[in-house]
Amino acid sequence: MNVLDLRGVTKTYGTGAAEVHALRGVDLSVQAGAMVAVMGPSGSGKSTLLTIAGSLEEPTGGEVLVGGTALAGMSRNAKARLRRRAIGYVFQDFNLLAGLTAAENVALPLELDGVSARAARKAGLRALEELGLSERASRFPDELSGGERQRVAIARAVVGDRRLLLADEPSGALDSVNAEEVMRLLHEACKRGVAAVIVTHDAQLASWADRVVFLRDGRVVDQTAPQRGPETLLAQGPGQ
Amino acid sequence: MSVRHALLALLSEGPKYGLQLREEFEARTGEVWPLNVGQVYTTLQRLERDGLVESDGAEEDSPQKGFRITPEGESELAGWLRTPPDLASPPRDELVMKVLVAMRVPGTSVHEVIQVHRRYLIELMQQWTRIKEDEAEFDVALALVVDAELFRLDAVIRWLDSADGRIKRADLDPPEQAPAALPRLRRRVGVRR
Repeated sequence: MNVLDLRGVTKTYGTGAAEVHALRGVDLSVQAGAMVAVMGPSGSGKSTLLTIAGSLEEPTGGEVLVGGTALAGMSRNAKARLRRRAIGYVFQDFNLLAGLTAAENVALPLELDGVSARAARKAGLRALEELGLSERASRFPDELSGGERQRVAIARAVVGDRRLLLADEPSGALDSVNAEEVMRLLHEACKRGVAAVIVTHDAQLASWADRVVFLRDGRVVDQTAPQRGPETLLAQGPGQ
Repeated sequence: MSVRHALLALLSEGPKYGLQLREEFEARTGEVWPLNVGQVYTTLQRLERDGLVESDGAEEDSPQKGFRITPEGESELAGWLRTPPDLASPPRDELVMKVLVAMRVPGTSVHEVIQVHRRYLIELMQQWTRIKEDEAEFDVALALVVDAELFRLDAVIRWLDSADGRIKRADLDPPEQAPAALPRLRRRVGVRR
């Protein structure tokens, strides 16, 4: 089942001479359990694609479907509910609220959605536990390391029953070991059935994805083939 | 990878049998470099001939023949560990050549050529990452080998990205007089032939 479908999506900013075509007819489908990475140079439309997929921005043309439902036909409230319930976001700069503890940050989207504070807290703690952060639950963001903060952000993105995970350069400025941990966690979320779209310019991050889509000047210009098993590599050995 | 020095390294931990050396060699290099039995024994024979290891004198080629490292072997190993591999002069890089040539072939989009290689490299990286994800979490040696491949491929992709951007900018704003890049480069850095 496709969790996300973009069909002929276009996005134009400005008018006349100042017109910028950020997306020019993008088709992209992501199934439940799949991780798709979107790569491309700066200005290729990567981040616009993500904000449109997450209904944070309206496309100029084309269709966006989340869980088979077209966003265009939805009321403002219904869209807000979808964002809170079904979509998790992970940003480069983590976007944690400084005045809330790790557990409160993670529980917040559920509370906003009307889940009781107690139940939200319980779900939040469970999400933190899955990411190995139970002991940091009552710490504030500025008491956590960069890697821990990003893990809290991931816990917040997957808490509850999220089906779609959208991440923009999710490893931010983390070192390669912490960046790998972030990708491992996101990939584990996918194995539990979440669909993920990761926007990045970093090939090492993108290589965690099941499929890599290349964007250039607002168009999908290429994508990787379905993956072969690692046996081919091991049989071949390096340097051949 | 020098089998010779890998065997010296294994023997630096203490005396071992031939069969044991082969198994440990495979385990340490994350089984990425399979080694045939013959290679182990011929290398051990040469090491013994050169006085770098000593054997217990058991029958030739017997898996139960024991070996230990000599002081000369230890000194050879210490020297090898600290000798930098030859990274000083760039190798002739086939991919660099292809991109340079693509810029000059009429009717060929160098950006499209770059993308073909970028996609291929990412597909390779996906396979390595899958190995890391599945098996390397608890095997540090394998994780190091896989990381080395990933960083190497990543560097090639970064070069492709930068070439892509540089060519695009040059197309928009061509330099007044294009210098003959290759001969000058070769003179300056002494590209290996």
